[in-house]
Amino acid sequence: MTRDLDGAIAATRFGLGARPGQIENASGDPRAWLVAQIKADGAPQPEPRSPTSGERLAELREYQRQRTLARQSGDAKSDPVKMAAKLIRDDAGADFMARVRLAATTDDDFAERWALFFANHFTVSAAKGATATLIGPFEQEVIRPHAFGRFEDMLVASSQHPAMLIYLDQAQSIGPDSQAATRAARGGRKVGLNENLAREIMELHTVGLEAGYSQADVTEFARAMTGWSLGRLDQSQEPMGFMFRPFAHEPGARTIMGRRYAEDGEGQARAVLADLAASPHTARHLALKIGRHFVSDQPPASLTARLARAYLESSGRLDVVARALVAAPEAWVSPPAKVKTPYEFLVSSWRAMGVPPDQGGAMAAAMTSMGQRPFSAPSPKGWPEEAAAWASPDSIVKRMAWSETFAARAAGQSDPIQVAENALGSRLGPLAAQTIARAETRAEGLSILLMSPEFQRR
Amino acid sequence: MTALALTRRAALAGVGLTVELVAGRAFAAVDHQLAKRKLVVVICRGGLDGLSLSPPVGDPDYAGLRGAIAIPPFGADGGALRLDDTFGLHPALTKIHALALAGEARIAPAIATPDRERSHFEAQDVLESGAARVYSTSSGWLNRALAAMGPEGKAISVGPTAPLILHGPREAASWSPGGLAQRDQRLPGILQDLYAHDPLLGPALAEGLATQAMARTALADAAAASAAMQSANPAPGLLQAARIGADLAGFMVQPGGFQIAAVSIDNFDTHANQGAAKGQLATRLAYVDAFFDGLRTGLGESWRASLVVMATEFGRTARVNGTGGTDHGTASTALVLGGALKRGGIIGDWPSLRQASLFENRDTYPTLDMRALFKGVLRDHLGLERATLDAKVFPDSARVAPVTGLV
Repeated sequence: MTRDLDGAIAATRFGLGARPGQIENASGDPRAWLVAQIKADGAPQPEPRSPTSGERLAELREYQRQRTLARQSGDAKSDPVKMAAKLIRDDAGADFMARVRLAATTDDDFAERWALFFANHFTVSAAKGATATLIGPFEQEVIRPHAFGRFEDMLVASSQHPAMLIYLDQAQSIGPDSQAATRAARGGRKVGLNENLAREIMELHTVGLEAGYSQADVTEFARAMTGWSLGRLDQSQEPMGFMFRPFAHEPGARTIMGRRYAEDGEGQARAVLADLAASPHTARHLALKIGRHFVSDQPPASLTARLARAYLESSGRLDVVARALVAAPEAWVSPPAKVKTPYEFLVSSWRAMGVPPDQGGAMAAAMTSMGQRPFSAPSPKGWPEEAAAWASPDSIVKRMAWSETFAARAAGQSDPIQVAENALGSRLGPLAAQTIARAETRAEGLSILLMSPEFQRR
Repeated sequence: MTALALTRRAALAGVGLTVELVAGRAFAAVDHQLAKRKLVVVICRGGLDGLSLSPPVGDPDYAGLRGAIAIPPFGADGGALRLDDTFGLHPALTKIHALALAGEARIAPAIATPDRERSHFEAQDVLESGAARVYSTSSGWLNRALAAMGPEGKAISVGPTAPLILHGPREAASWSPGGLAQRDQRLPGILQDLYAHDPLLGPALAEGLATQAMARTALADAAAASAAMQSANPAPGLLQAARIGADLAGFMVQPGGFQIAAVSIDNFDTHANQGAAKGQLATRLAYVDAFFDGLRTGLGESWRASLVVMATEFGRTARVNGTGGTDHGTASTALVLGGALKRGGIIGDWPSLRQASLFENRDTYPTLDMRALFKGVLRDHLGLERATLDAKVFPDSARVAPVTGLV
């Protein structure tokens, strides 16, 4: 019985909801079943993969050029501009649906959840700036390959990726005493520092506010990072991407959180990132967030201590941290404390039916109505993790409405009780089982399953 | 299905009935005038630039600090809309300016929470929790104020996720635009039975269903109001903003409607290219202006008994940065609007933008604690006791005196 329950927990709490047969497969050795998903080459990649960020950037530049031309000719609503805007929406929509299809069909769904966690940790949001078509490439180039590698590598890849450089305004940050600033001043233009990315790296991506750094530390880090920008060498056929611009770099040594960093061009900020990644504050910050995401809003201190220790002892290896989570007894307690996010809820519904999702527009509209517009986290902090944030009255009513629509289409000739047993295993409680069995129609039975506390929680 | 579920469903068919979880508090002698008063709290997230919201164009240092993002002086093309010799409103705020001229809108131009860290998330937590420090409480001050008002007050938040300001012991409704097509009439009752022992999902579903029931009547009334606005607001985004304001007002003016509402408006984190009279921030402010216009129109007669407070987690740097924007700062502007507002000048003192007066040589100096404004509103508009405000609604805040003269 315990082993069956652990099988159900493995597939529903660590993964994205059980597909038919998954709980049975997991029940033999639930921990080994999860650990087998931790692979050296990272989390699974969606099919088809998005074009690269370089290709997407080139498209974006072309679109902006067209728009400027159209505006200059007083025709801001011309067909080519409108069409290009639509292409951008379509590209982002296609990226999103490729990710949904992967999530709904993969058997490595713990690896997928792990990647989604880090995609949210390093949030890039379409809610700000021209980043919508770069989010798919960001996840595929930064998050997935490093999901079970060193955290420092993921941090550096994120901080140098065009999506992040644009989203948090780093690409245009210029050292006030750099050659670029001096030259601009002669031309009557004022350019300078933008501390947005530096601040969020410290606060959100690494050490967190508890580390007790000051405004001066943020500004110093922003100065060290000047020159980290986007570009392409003249005459080069290479796609646009990360480029260090020495002329924009603030010259001189910097002091950040009590440590001195000698002038080293691009390497100066790189050295800061290495120290931030190695900090015990970062270990604690990540451990708390992982515990909060997978286990409960207030994860037990013993769990976060285990995760932080795994991080520090392995010099920040995420595969080691993932194994520590699977091995931690605190992660297997029942009943479940977390509520699925809208994304997890919709994906797990498709998984329960064992069919891939269709109708991208409907999925995006449903997620928006439940408060999680695709690729559009409200801030660099990402989507909230607290159960109460997703169990708002409005969101629950919208989940109910979606369940009815989904069930009416998906129920077919399925047996709702069988679907429930496949999806929840021994987590399915007697009251829910009985209520599903007494439903008047297959669609009603399926709606009840999807809205049952057992299915809504994980 | 049990008899209880049937009763519940019957109740839901009525207007705004909800499963009331609070009991035991003696129902204080409620002044019926007080019970009719409405309060809307609007949180602008991302750090709204007070120096653009209510530009001190008469301050001699303003134009120099702000460079290309300075709002032009009174009377200039795209110039500030005059409030007094020093302050104007951003030119996108035409509706709010009209209210100000009628004595129904005032600004608090140098206000801040007690937090000084310049972190969005920490500052929003402090703004919404009402505590002096981050992480010291997990409920919101508006929820605790609601609890202190007695068992009858009801609150709603706009948006599909529940904001911290309304978290807490009292159930609060939430609503977001978008219809609900109900297919299976049995399902809500079935689920309420299934959720009977779930402390999170059960109350949320009950509250959500009650709000939906109310929406069916409230939105019909609001539709008429927003149809009238359609001709005046051509841009679809602004029309939508006005519509959301009018819909929210519809919920509030229902018999037994919500006395308190919380609204979030996002996207004020203008690190780059924030613009001046036109541009990124101007577009967001036009949205704010349209929302308030919809709200005022929808409140109708109730506007006279209403106060609206709009605040943000922090202001932005006094100087324009290197990328045509501004970075995280300290004091910003809060707006107070409403038919219940007493006419008057700015709320709090203006520290000026002289270099020596800037906070850490960088930000507008905070001269007014955000809690003082909220306390003044809760005491004078909703009748809460000073002792309750000092200890329960804003813990350990006895030293922060409520702002007087608001109503």
